[in-house]
Amino acid sequence: MTLVLIAIGAAIGAPARYLVDRAVQSRHDSVFPWGTFTVNVLGSFLLGFVVGGAGVISPALTALLGTGLCGALTTYSTFSYETLRLLGTGGRSLAVLNVVASLAGGLGAAFAGFAVASAVWG
Amino acid sequence: MTHGQGAAMDEHASPQEPTGSHEHRADDPAPGATTDAGRPPVATDPDVDLHVPQQRQELRRHPVVLLGTIAAGGVLGAFGRYGLSVAMPHGQSGFPWSTFLANVSGAFLIGVLMVLIAEVLPAHPLLRPFLGVGVLGGYTTFSTSIVDTRQLVVAGTARTALLYLLATLVCAVLASLAGTLLARTLAARGGRA
Repeated sequence: MTLVLIAIGAAIGAPARYLVDRAVQSRHDSVFPWGTFTVNVLGSFLLGFVVGGAGVISPALTALLGTGLCGALTTYSTFSYETLRLLGTGGRSLAVLNVVASLAGGLGAAFAGFAVASAVWG
Repeated sequence: MTHGQGAAMDEHASPQEPTGSHEHRADDPAPGATTDAGRPPVATDPDVDLHVPQQRQELRRHPVVLLGTIAAGGVLGAFGRYGLSVAMPHGQSGFPWSTFLANVSGAFLIGVLMVLIAEVLPAHPLLRPFLGVGVLGGYTTFSTSIVDTRQLVVAGTARTALLYLLATLVCAVLASLAGTLLARTLAARGGRA
């Protein structure tokens, strides 16, 4: 059953990453990978929220939303490949900015998601 | 970060627009990233890069097949990641090896894949969506790595948290580089053979 829930979450999360990435790029032409940054920060917030609500959110829903949806919505392979590409194309400061913004933004978002869950469910 | 070029990026742009007629990243000297007619620019974003005409049009051409392919790949990738997490469980204050391994190995494989697609294979249009966006995107996870880090901080093991955060980053970027270099080397050998 857990596998089915993870599959449902991932089947939503992966295409959602693609669509959000496209939508961000089409509005924001830039060398900086805003699309990937957006899904990773968004997914970190959502996973922080899900983990923060662990006492209330059932393990089944956690498998669907956390392992499945957030896991597939966010991506480390794309993040590291983009960082490498930025390093290799003369955008060293952009690569550093990408790393710092993604890690700091992701951590901030995860803490915020956790705080919101705590506030909602005490 | 400029907004002015947004129109040129619009995915609803005419499909008849010839390759290379839109602007590319001026600071990208990578092979293939030139504006020479007929030579597709190399994508920076391996998921989807609207600077690549074929990728800009792929969603409108086959939306159901494309998104279904990405979803199927994402499910397979997530199963792989879940399998690793079951095989290598970690406590609240332990180093999250399973996520670390998934992210670093996925970073290596995307490096290999992008070289294969750009330089070796006459790639099927669904290869990148399936393997890159789907399988590797579903297999690796930024959110779990970040929330793992938060858990380590909260558990009072800030040193492990910092080590995990930096080790994942450095190893993943190096793994992408290694994958790229290895694939290029093998491709060059294959080309000579």
